[in-house]
Amino acid sequence: MSITDLPAGVGSALDSAPSLVYAARPAPALDAARLALSRDLVLAFRKRGQLLQPLAFFALVTMLFPLAVSPELSRLRAIAPGVLWVAAMLASLLALEFLFRDDAHDGTLEQYALSGQSLTWLLFAKTIAHWLLTGLPLALMAPFAAMSLGVAASAVPGIVLIMVVGTIALSLIGAIGAALALGMKRSGTLLALLTLPLSLPVLIYGARATELAIAGNSYMAPLELLAALAVLAVTLAPLGAATAVRISLE
Amino acid sequence: MKAFLDMGGYAAFIWPAYGVTLAVLVLNIIWARGSLRRALETARRRSASSGGNS
Amino acid sequence: MRWTWFHRLASPPYLYGLAARLTPWFAWPAALLILGGLFAGLVLAPPDYQQGEGFRIIYVHVPSAWMSLMVYVTMGLAAAVGLIWRMKVAHAIAASCAPIGASFTVAALVTGSLWGKPMWGTWWVWDPRLTSELILLFLYLGFMGLRAGFDDTQRADRAGALLAIVGLVNVPIIHYSVIWWNSLHQAPSVLRFGKPTIPGAMLAPLLILLLGFTLFFAALLLVRVRAEILQRERTARWISETLSG
Repeated sequence: MSITDLPAGVGSALDSAPSLVYAARPAPALDAARLALSRDLVLAFRKRGQLLQPLAFFALVTMLFPLAVSPELSRLRAIAPGVLWVAAMLASLLALEFLFRDDAHDGTLEQYALSGQSLTWLLFAKTIAHWLLTGLPLALMAPFAAMSLGVAASAVPGIVLIMVVGTIALSLIGAIGAALALGMKRSGTLLALLTLPLSLPVLIYGARATELAIAGNSYMAPLELLAALAVLAVTLAPLGAATAVRISLE
Repeated sequence: MKAFLDMGGYAAFIWPAYGVTLAVLVLNIIWARGSLRRALETARRRSASSGGNS
Repeated sequence: MRWTWFHRLASPPYLYGLAARLTPWFAWPAALLILGGLFAGLVLAPPDYQQGEGFRIIYVHVPSAWMSLMVYVTMGLAAAVGLIWRMKVAHAIAASCAPIGASFTVAALVTGSLWGKPMWGTWWVWDPRLTSELILLFLYLGFMGLRAGFDDTQRADRAGALLAIVGLVNVPIIHYSVIWWNSLHQAPSVLRFGKPTIPGAMLAPLLILLLGFTLFFAALLLVRVRAEILQRERTARWISETLSG
C-alpha cells in the first residue's frame, strides 16, 4: 500500500497543505499515524478561534476563584492546586467536543476505519494532535494562572511538568468518552458523566503533586503515579477509542 | 419491646437504614417483575397481531 | 464437546427457559436468608462494646456495598463476553445489572451516611469507602446514560459494554487512588473502623446476609434477563411458540 492510497480524508485535507510532501513509499502504521497527526495540526491552525476556546475557558475559571473566595493571595495559594486541576480538567473536557466531531461528520473517521491502516494508531495520532493543541497549551498557561493565585515563580517548572504529564492522561481517557459519545445526537452532559469519573485518579495525583510543588517539596511520588497513569492510558486508551469508533460506525 | 425499638438510642439511625435497604430490596422486586410483565405483554400483543395477519 | 453448555447458554430460547425454571430456586432461599439474617442481626447479635447498638447498621450497609461492587464486576464481565464473542444474551445480562447495581449503591450511600452520623457526628465524611461508592454510582449512571442515548439496542449494547469494561479496569485504580488521597488528609480524631476481629455471633448474620443478597441478585437478574431477551428477540419465531405453548 502506498501513501496515495491513504484514506481520502487524509489526502483531500492535505492537498492544499503546503508543508507536506509525500512520495510513493510504503506506509506502515506509524507513517499513516504521522500523516494523520500533521493533517490534524494543519486543519487546526486554519481554525485558530477554536484552539483558543479551551484556553480562554481555563483562564476564565481560574479568574472566578479570586472573585468568589477572596483576593487574599495567602488564601488563594492554599486552594491553587485544586483550582488549577479542576479548571484544567473542565477545559480539556470542553475541548473533547472537537476531538472527533468534525471528522465523524465529514466521513473521515469512516475512511480511517476502512483504510486498512491500524485505526488504533490513527486515533492515537489524532489524540496526540489534540493534546498538542489543547493539553500542552494548558500546561504552558498554567504557570500564569498559578502566579495569579499567589504561587511563587520557583514552583513553575514543577507545575508545567506535572500538567504536561497529567493532560496527556486526560486527553487519552477523554478520547474513549468522546468516541463513545459519537453516535449520539446530544452528548454534552453525558460526555462529562462518562469521562470525569474515569479521570478522577489523574485529578488526585495531579493536584497532590502540584500542592507539593507549590510548597517547595519533592513531588516525585505523586508525579510517578501520574506518569504510570499516563503510560497506562497511552497503552490502553487508543485501543478503547478504536473499538468505540468502530461501534459508532456500525 | 420498647427497648428493642429504641435500639440503645440509635433508633433514629438504625430504623431508617433498615427501611431504606428493605425499600431497595422490595423496589427491585417490583421493577424486575414489572419489566418482565411489560415485555411479556408486548410480546403477546405482537404475536397475536402477527398471527392474525398471516 | 466440552463447550456445548456455553453455546447452549448463548441461545436466547434456552436461556429464557432456564431462567424461568431457575428463578424460584434462587428467590426463595434468598428471601429466607435475608429475613433470617436481618432478624439475627437485629435481635440475636450482641451489641458492640464500642458502638453499642449502632453497629447493627453493618448488616444492611455491608451487604449493599457488596452488591454495588459485585454487580459492577458481573456487569463488566458479561459486557466483555458480549463484546468479544458478540453474544446477545451476555449484553442482555449486562444491561439488566445496571439498575440493580445502581439502586444498591444508593442504599450503601444512604446507610453509610446514617451510620456515619452517630459515629462521626456528621452526615457525610469523605471517607474512602463512601467516596468510592459515590464514584461507583456515577459509573453506573454513566453506563445507563450512555445506553439510553442510543435508539438502537445493538449499538447501545456494544457502546455500553465498552464503557463497562473501561470502568472495570478503572475501578481498582480509582479505589486505590481514593485510599491514597484519603490517607494524606486523614484527620487524626476521626474514628476509624479498621479490621477488628468480629466475634462469631456478630459475624454469622453478616455472612448469611451476604449470601442472601447474592442469591437475591441472581434471582433479580434471571427475571430481568427474561424481559431483556423478550425485548431483543421480539421478531423471533420461538417467542410466539413459547408464549402460546
